[in-house]
Amino acid sequence: MFAYILRRLWQMLPTMAGVVVLVFVLFNWVGGDPSYLLAGKMADAQAIAGIRAQLGLDQPWYVQLGIFVKQILTFDFGNAWSTGEPVSHILATRLGPSLTVLVPLTVLETLIGIALALAIAFVRGSLTDRLVMVACTVGMSISILVYIIVFQYGLAYKLGLFPVQGWGDHFLENLLRYATLPILIGLAVSVAPTLRLFRSFVLDEAGQDYVRTARAKGLSERRIVWVHVLRNAAIPIITYVMANLPALLIGAFLLERFFGIPGIGREVILAVERSDFPVIKAITVYVAAATMVFNLLADLMYQAVDPRVQLK
Amino acid sequence: MNQMIENASPGLWALAWRRLRADRIAMGALAVVLLFLLSVLLSSTGLVAADWEDEVAVNYAPPSFVGPDPALAALARPPAPVPPNAFDPLAADLSALKAELAQKGHAAQAVKAATLPFGADKWGHDILKKTIKGGQTSIVVGLVAALVAVALGTLFGAISGFYGGKVDDLFNWFYSIFTSIPSILMILTVAAVLQTRGVLTIVLILGLTGWTGPYRLIRAEYIKHKAREYVMAADAIGASGWRRMFSHILPNVSHVALVQMSILVVGFIKAEVILSFLGFGVPVGTVSWGSMLNEAQNELILGKWWQLAAAASAMAVLVTAFSLFADALRDALDPKLK
Repeated sequence: MFAYILRRLWQMLPTMAGVVVLVFVLFNWVGGDPSYLLAGKMADAQAIAGIRAQLGLDQPWYVQLGIFVKQILTFDFGNAWSTGEPVSHILATRLGPSLTVLVPLTVLETLIGIALALAIAFVRGSLTDRLVMVACTVGMSISILVYIIVFQYGLAYKLGLFPVQGWGDHFLENLLRYATLPILIGLAVSVAPTLRLFRSFVLDEAGQDYVRTARAKGLSERRIVWVHVLRNAAIPIITYVMANLPALLIGAFLLERFFGIPGIGREVILAVERSDFPVIKAITVYVAAATMVFNLLADLMYQAVDPRVQLK
Repeated sequence: MNQMIENASPGLWALAWRRLRADRIAMGALAVVLLFLLSVLLSSTGLVAADWEDEVAVNYAPPSFVGPDPALAALARPPAPVPPNAFDPLAADLSALKAELAQKGHAAQAVKAATLPFGADKWGHDILKKTIKGGQTSIVVGLVAALVAVALGTLFGAISGFYGGKVDDLFNWFYSIFTSIPSILMILTVAAVLQTRGVLTIVLILGLTGWTGPYRLIRAEYIKHKAREYVMAADAIGASGWRRMFSHILPNVSHVALVQMSILVVGFIKAEVILSFLGFGVPVGTVSWGSMLNEAQNELILGKWWQLAAAASAMAVLVTAFSLFADALRDALDPKLK
């Protein structure tokens, strides 16, 4: 097991190096010279040259790449260009609110998705099944923007059930008062695609021989579905949930923007709007690293769920 | 010999078309998609909605089925002519401009409509025309970006799957780099780096970040087909590598590429709407469903719901139809043996 983890971490290095090179090429070569942006209007050549020296842009490209790698390893990307806040401080403080919305959302989404998919599996092939699938397709076609606008207008503004926007200081207040509507909207948006996907996983398992054997043995349909099918369908479900986690960190950016939640997603949008390169670079590199680590975690979880899996 | 020719089985595409035609939902969805594509064609050639920017109605004119807003009645009438002011320094310039406009055929201060078939936005633009024009932008971006992504993915997948070895390792390395960054983040990063806004920029961004899905599937297909006899036969008659890849194997895997493309079109239309909503998509003068939703957000608080309804329902209908059609196409081209 330990050897497996070490080997996987070692295999991550070329990919991580590739991500670093890609980000470097994107920002330092395609992105052009940011010193004009930072120097502001009416800047003289001396100010621009000074900024360029400060950012290290007058060095040859391999020195700049070395600086970038050192920044990644020491978690110190300097200060954000637009606000002057240290980038590491930005990342550390924004992670909390993002997770306050993300973790309950993922847990609820997975549980509800599994429960609904298993319920649908009882009536597979029937008219109910087909109607639910059509409803899911229609639900997926409505843009998330429409869900957010309508829910925020209806539930928060008109009915006053939730605050329209905002974030508080205390964790419980945030979780119970401010995060509820965003989590609700996140659930509403994700239930359709999750249900479709989990249903296909469950139906793949339900068509297998062992299910027919279990039914022949006389087990109740409930036991077959909840105990036997679920355990085997858990592997693709785990893959899907773990693979989506880093994307969800960024993907909640719409919810964070609309509801004024100071999270990582909102920081990315602000940084893109203001061309704040250090923030975007830092977030991209760390999210890529997180994706690889989560893939490794997913593989480790497979072995916990299915003892037949041999990790080599 | 004649009997063999008479009993020749229909090819993949003929069989798939037969299966597709038997599926009534797919035919309905295809009809809806063709209707939207027709509107794109009409709008891009300027036959329809070319004058979407004309301010033909009062601000926030309600739809005809709701009835005119009495509070805006005053705006519908043309403004009373201003009494002449002897001290106006701009009088001469203004009258010269008015004469020039009248010469060019613009009516001076036409009466503004109090209602339109689906209402008007803040500046009095017709919502129906905006929806058609916006649909053109969003659909064209989706189609072209999907084409770019599938073309890139097919090219890379073909080379990678066919040649294998070091070339395969190189492309797999690219693939793992691009998939370790979530696509939304990739899109936003490239949007931040390419400072210019425009339809071409969005197409490039979506195309350059979306090639990974088709790449993986096409590569698997090429690995499968590389060992087949017809490829070996082509090699025996002296066909070069490129010829084998694109003249012999590609027609046999093109159905995978086609299904991927239809799936990507849906995803890219949704992505373009979100990008345009955030302001990283189309530039200011162009209308898209995303920019309409952006305006709709502020209008909703004032109680004007028609722009939101128009953009949301047009998008929902198209995406539903396209998704249903893509699912049916996939089932028709590759039916799973039950």
